[in-house]
Amino acid sequence: MTKTDPNRRSFLRLTALAGGGLMLGLYSKAKAQAPNRPARAPLAPSDFVTIASNGKVTIAACNPDVGQGVLTSLPMIVAEELDVDWKDVQIVRSGVGRKFGSQLTGGSTATPSNWEPLRRVGASARALLVSAAAQTWNVPVEECSTASGRVHHKASQRSLGYGELASKAASLPLPDASSLTLKDPKDYKIIGKSTIGVENLDIVTGKPIFGIDLALPGMLHAVFHKTPVMGGKVASANLDEVKAMKGVKHVFVIEGRPMPSTYPNYLFQDPGLETGIAIVADSWWAAQSARRKLVVEWEPGQWGTQDSAANVAKAEELSKLPPARNLRSEGDVEAAFAQSGAKVVEGAYHFPFIAHATMEPQTCTAHFKDGKAEIWSATQFPQPGLRAIAGLMSIPEENVTINMVRGGGGFGRRAYNDVMCEAVWISKAVGAPVKLVWTREDDIQHDYYRCGGFQYLKGAIDPNGKLIAWRDHFVGYGEGEAFAHDGGFSPSEFPAGFVPNFAVHSSVMPLGLKTGALRAPYSNSAAWVIQSFLDELAHAAGKDPVQFRLELLERTPSPSPQARGRGMDPARMRRAIELVAEKSGWGKRQLPKGTALGAAFHYSHGGYIAEVAEVTVAANKKVKVNKVWVVGDVGSHIVNPSGAENQVQGSVVDGLSELIQEITLREGRVVQTNYHNHPMLRMAQAPPIDVQFLASPNTPSGLGEPALPPILPAVCNAIFAVTGERIRTLPMTKQGFSFA
Amino acid sequence: MINLTINGKSHPFGGDPEMPLLWALRDELDLKGTKFGCGIGTCGACTVHVDGEPKRACVTKVSDAAEGSITTVEGISTDGSHPVQQAWIELDVPQCGYCQGGQIMSACSLLEKKPQPTDADIDSAMNGVLCRCGTYPRIRAAIHHAAKAMQASK
Repeated sequence: MTKTDPNRRSFLRLTALAGGGLMLGLYSKAKAQAPNRPARAPLAPSDFVTIASNGKVTIAACNPDVGQGVLTSLPMIVAEELDVDWKDVQIVRSGVGRKFGSQLTGGSTATPSNWEPLRRVGASARALLVSAAAQTWNVPVEECSTASGRVHHKASQRSLGYGELASKAASLPLPDASSLTLKDPKDYKIIGKSTIGVENLDIVTGKPIFGIDLALPGMLHAVFHKTPVMGGKVASANLDEVKAMKGVKHVFVIEGRPMPSTYPNYLFQDPGLETGIAIVADSWWAAQSARRKLVVEWEPGQWGTQDSAANVAKAEELSKLPPARNLRSEGDVEAAFAQSGAKVVEGAYHFPFIAHATMEPQTCTAHFKDGKAEIWSATQFPQPGLRAIAGLMSIPEENVTINMVRGGGGFGRRAYNDVMCEAVWISKAVGAPVKLVWTREDDIQHDYYRCGGFQYLKGAIDPNGKLIAWRDHFVGYGEGEAFAHDGGFSPSEFPAGFVPNFAVHSSVMPLGLKTGALRAPYSNSAAWVIQSFLDELAHAAGKDPVQFRLELLERTPSPSPQARGRGMDPARMRRAIELVAEKSGWGKRQLPKGTALGAAFHYSHGGYIAEVAEVTVAANKKVKVNKVWVVGDVGSHIVNPSGAENQVQGSVVDGLSELIQEITLREGRVVQTNYHNHPMLRMAQAPPIDVQFLASPNTPSGLGEPALPPILPAVCNAIFAVTGERIRTLPMTKQGFSFA
Repeated sequence: MINLTINGKSHPFGGDPEMPLLWALRDELDLKGTKFGCGIGTCGACTVHVDGEPKRACVTKVSDAAEGSITTVEGISTDGSHPVQQAWIELDVPQCGYCQGGQIMSACSLLEKKPQPTDADIDSAMNGVLCRCGTYPRIRAAIHHAAKAMQASK
C-alpha cells in the first residue's frame, strides 16, 4: 500500500441514497490550467460513484467521448481502487455543469488530470466500506481486506458485499485525505489490462447512440445555409419559393452576430453566429431538397477577395523583409552563419490549412422553451458551450441543460460550439425541438481549420558536423502581436535551448477564416517542419539522422527547463529514440532499392514519441508506407492498453492523411467540398503499425494526440532517403508525390 | 405506395420515391445504424446490402431499392452475435464507432464471397469505407479473426 500525497486539491462528499446506498461525489479545486484560460469557479460536488443496496456499482463518466475512449478508461481507474470487478460496473454519462469539474475533451488531458483524483475517489469509497464492515463485525479495520466488491475478515471467515455495507458506509465520516492509501500498482487488476470499449456492442449493432441519431417528439429537422465568406451577409434570396417546397415549415434569414474580436480564441469565447438561411422541415431530406432550390445573392464583405495563391505570394514577400517580431534570440546566429568552415542550409517550409472532417458531420438537437434551452450534443467543450448559449440567448446559465451524447469523431472540431448556437437559435425561432444536421459540404466549408503557415529556416553545421546555429522566421496569420487562433509558433519549441546560436522571428498577414485546434494542435505542423529541417541538417553534416538527433539531445539544455523544448526531458526522448531505432532495425537492415527508413520524434501533451517509417517510393512518385514503428513514453501506467494502442495507430493513420490534405481559398470561399477533394487515408494505404510503450516514473499522460506529429516528418524523411527530394510543401501532392 | 423489404420485414413507404434510401431508413423507418457521412457515395458509412451486394444508401434512391431485399447493420444481428460483430467487439475495433456499421456491412459482404480473404482481398473490398479514427489495422485483424471463427463453426 502506498500513501497518497495529502496536498492534492480534490474533495469528496458523501451522500446516503434513498433505499439504502451510498453516493460519492468528487470535486477538484484547481486542475492544471493552461495560461490564457479563465480561472474556474469553485466547484460543487457531483454524483460520481453510487453503490446501491443491491450491490450495483455505477460510475459516472464526466468527460465527453468522441472516440478517445475515456468512457471506458476513466471509470477503470475508479473501479481499480474501489476494488470491484469490472464486469459488475455500470457506466453512465454525467450531466454538464460546474459541479462536474473540468469536462473538456482536449489536449490529451483526461488521463493526467484524472489519474490521481479518480484513484482517490475509488480508494475513499473502499475505505468507507471497509470501515462499515469493521464496525459491523467489531474488528479492527486493519484486519479487513477487499476483493471483487466484498469486504472480508479472514480470521473469522466472514464477508459482506459492498451493497450490504453501502447504507452504513454512507453514515460514516469521510476518510481523512492524508490517511488514504492507494493500491500498490503490482496489485492492479483493471489498470493496465486491455479492456474493450463499454459501447462496443451498441456500436456494432447500430444502436442510436450518436448525436445525429437523436429523435424527440414533435422534432423538426433543419439545415443551415451559411455565408460562404466569413462575415458575409444575405443581399437577397428566394425564400418564398423555398418555403413552398414540400415538407418545409420555416425558411428565414439569421442575421449574424459579430465575432468577439478579429482573431479570438474561439475555444473559450462566444463563437458568435454566422449569417445564413435556416430551412426547417418535417424531415431532413425535405429540408435539404428545398435547399437545392435556394438562390442567394451574398454580400461577401471585407474577405470576399481572399485567395490562397495571393497569401503564398505575400508570405514570400514577408520572408524577404526584416521580421516584424523577435520572439527569441540567443548567441549570435548571423556570426555563426558567417563562421569560416560553417556549412549553411536553408529551407522554406509551407503547410496548408486542413479541415477536421469528422465522420459524423456537425449536428446538434435543441429545444428552446419558456426561456430554457435543452441541448443534446457531442460537444468536446460542454461547459464553454453552456456559457455560450446562456450569452447568446440572454438566459441564466442554470436555464441551459446539455445532455452529452456520443460523438462520431472529434479531433478538436467539436470543441467549437457553433452548431450548438445555431440549433438553439433555430429552435427558439420556430418554437419546436429542432435537429440541425450539416451536410459534409457544410462541414468542410465551415470549419475551424488547422491554420496554415510558413517557416523560413536557416541552420549552420560546424566542420565537426555539429549544429551551431538555427534561425526560424515564422510567417503566419494574424495582426500585430496576435496570431490567428492556434496558428502561432512557440519560441521554446525544440531545438530551442539545445543550439548555442538560436533565433525565432515572426511576421503575420491578415486572415478571414476561422482557425482552431486540430488533433495535436500546433505540434502537427511544428513537428513536420522542425524534424524535416533537422533531417536536412543531419544529411548536410554527413551524419546518420538518428545519431544526429541523439547527439543533439545529449547536450545540456539551457537556460531553464521551461524555456527549452517546451519543457521536454531529453533523457526520456533519447530512450524512446534508441528503442524505436532498435525495433525498426535502423541501420541494421538491408532494404531493397527504392525503400528507406525515416525517423522523427516530438514531445507534446506530456508524451515522448519517436517514430520510424519504412517507405517505398516508385518511379512515378507513388509512396507506399510499408510499416511504422512507434515508441512512446507516457509515464508510469497505460490505463487501458487496448485503447492506447488504438489511439496511437489512429494517430499515425490520421497524420498520414495530413500529408495529402489541403484547404484553399478562392474569392474568400473554401474551394474543397467533400472527401473526394479533401481525402483521407484508405484501408489499402494504411500500414501495419507497431506500438511499444516505455514505462517511466512519471504521472501517466494522455494518448489522444502525441503520436500524430512525428509521422509526417518520419515519412517525408524516408521519401528523401529514397529519392533525394525534400518535401518542403504540404500536401506532398504539390511536389508530385501521392500514396500508392 | 412502395414496399421496402428490410431485414426480412416488409415496410410500406409512402414518402418521396426519389429520397435516398439512407434517409428513408434513418428518418422514416427509424433504423439509425446506417450513417450519413458524405452524401455522395465516397465514404461508405451508409453501406447496406441490397440483394447481398454492398450499396451506398446515400446515393441509392428508394425507388431503386424497392424490388430488392435490403439488409442493414441492425439485420446482421440485434444482439451482436454475428461472428463479424463478435470480432469487432473482442478486438476492440471501434474508436468513435461512427463508420463501423458501414465497415461491418462491407466485411460481411467480403466474407460471403471470400470466406478466407487475403490482405489484398481486404484492401480491395474495404477500400471504399473511410475510418477517420484510423482503425484500419484492427479492422483487418477483425476480418481475419471473423473468418477463422466462421470457418471453425462450419
